[in-house]
Amino acid sequence: MWGGEVFGFLGPNGAGKTTIVRTLGTLIAPTSGSAIVVGIPLIGENGVEIRRRIAIMPESPGLYLRLSVLENLECFADLYEVRDPHDRVEAALQAVSLAERAHDPCGTLSKGQRQRIALARALLSDPEVLFLDEPTAGLDPVAARDVHKLIDGLRARGVTIFLTTHRLDEAERLCDRVAILNTTLRTIGRPDELRDRLFARTVTVRTIGPLTAPGAVFGGLPAVDSWRHDGPSSYVLAVSEPEAAAPAITRALVAAGADVLSINQSRHSLEDVYLELVDDVATD
Amino acid sequence: MTLSTRRVWAIFRKELREYRRNRSLIAGMAILPLVFLIQPLIAVISLNASASSSLSHEHVLLYMLGIPSLVPIFVAAYAVVGERQQGTLEPALSTPIRREEFLLAKALAALVPSLVIAYAVFAVFLGLVVLIAQSPIVPALLQGPDLLAQILFTPLLATWSVWVGIAISTRSSDVRVAQQIGLLASLPPVFVTILIALDVIHATLGLAIALAVALLILDALGWRITSWMFDRERLVTGTR
Repeated sequence: MWGGEVFGFLGPNGAGKTTIVRTLGTLIAPTSGSAIVVGIPLIGENGVEIRRRIAIMPESPGLYLRLSVLENLECFADLYEVRDPHDRVEAALQAVSLAERAHDPCGTLSKGQRQRIALARALLSDPEVLFLDEPTAGLDPVAARDVHKLIDGLRARGVTIFLTTHRLDEAERLCDRVAILNTTLRTIGRPDELRDRLFARTVTVRTIGPLTAPGAVFGGLPAVDSWRHDGPSSYVLAVSEPEAAAPAITRALVAAGADVLSINQSRHSLEDVYLELVDDVATD
Repeated sequence: MTLSTRRVWAIFRKELREYRRNRSLIAGMAILPLVFLIQPLIAVISLNASASSSLSHEHVLLYMLGIPSLVPIFVAAYAVVGERQQGTLEPALSTPIRREEFLLAKALAALVPSLVIAYAVFAVFLGLVVLIAQSPIVPALLQGPDLLAQILFTPLLATWSVWVGIAISTRSSDVRVAQQIGLLASLPPVFVTILIALDVIHATLGLAIALAVALLILDALGWRITSWMFDRERLVTGTR
């Protein structure tokens, strides 16, 4: 991982996402292989030092529900031995916009608020790497959006974030790079890089009526590698440079007297990439 | 290995705050001492003056050692498995805290209130005996060596009970099961105490020293043994 990036870790249930977070967080011992966390080799005797410099937010917030928000955060500020615990707790509460709930018992908070307090707890020690394990699992869209904003804010502050998630839209929106895992690492890269790696780049053309001779229109264009029908008056064209191909395609269509409705570059989502890779795994 | 007093204090203070707000735990800690207070008081009040000679051969006060033997285990058995059931163990163990610090804090948090309860109930018992019991009964009951034994053995038995409770808690997956096993595990010292109180095992200074030394050794080993039994991975994943 690069410093300051948001790194997404995607995979189906049972792929090993949480196990990897726990292993890197020194909660469980690796069975084989090696890793370096915050520049420190991942071995048993380095556990305390690694845990001092990272923070983990598990899938379940794990707050002491009988204690107030403040008491929860004070406890963890002491466990991390942070300097100026009072200021740190206050800053963490401000960061998650829950300072006004400081004296309320955690048991009275909503699920989204608990998740935000868990995030505040993870920020107390100003970690070099923050592990977020399914931070929006079970949250409604509004609460999930709040958590996304917090992650964006952390990225802006230069915090390195390791994010595991099931939500591909979340990964696409938040992550600089993603790794797709299914017990073994399947691929790693930027979301657009993965799309280009897996899918041919295409342009979709829609006209009001069917073209009389589409082969003559598209076949002669050097920017178009191949084409196919995608409905009675819709055509998918494989291109290597969509930005260069689109003007040539437009000119050819106008010259052919076609009534053009739209010319769009086809966008494959991270979900397409994920499903392609997970399906590959399923058929392996 | 250096221990961080701040981390120990953090868990200790958190535990006490949680106990204070956990009604079932408070009820559990209160019932036993009340039984140990009320039952012998009734027996003492019903004694007439002629019973004083037979009382002087027994060590009835030692019954009160049941409190430090039984009360801490109720709290200690909850210590680890309780957090695990609430889902709060993983975040705590994700911090730099060492297992030795975590267990020491848990042990102190179970020990301190137990000692306060044990000594307070004992003091109330003594006060009520002096006030209510017939005058020949009081000196027969309140024998100097028994008072001393009560004061000295209370922390020794409570510490032993705490480590047994925590050891069971680290290996259990259910709070109630842990507490029930804990109560069973604390019966042997209670049984020995009763035998001494009834003069079946004759109380001597040598026996008292031998038992105190044995308990001291067990108490000192308790921390190491529970630390060895504390499997961070099993507690987090629940798989082994």
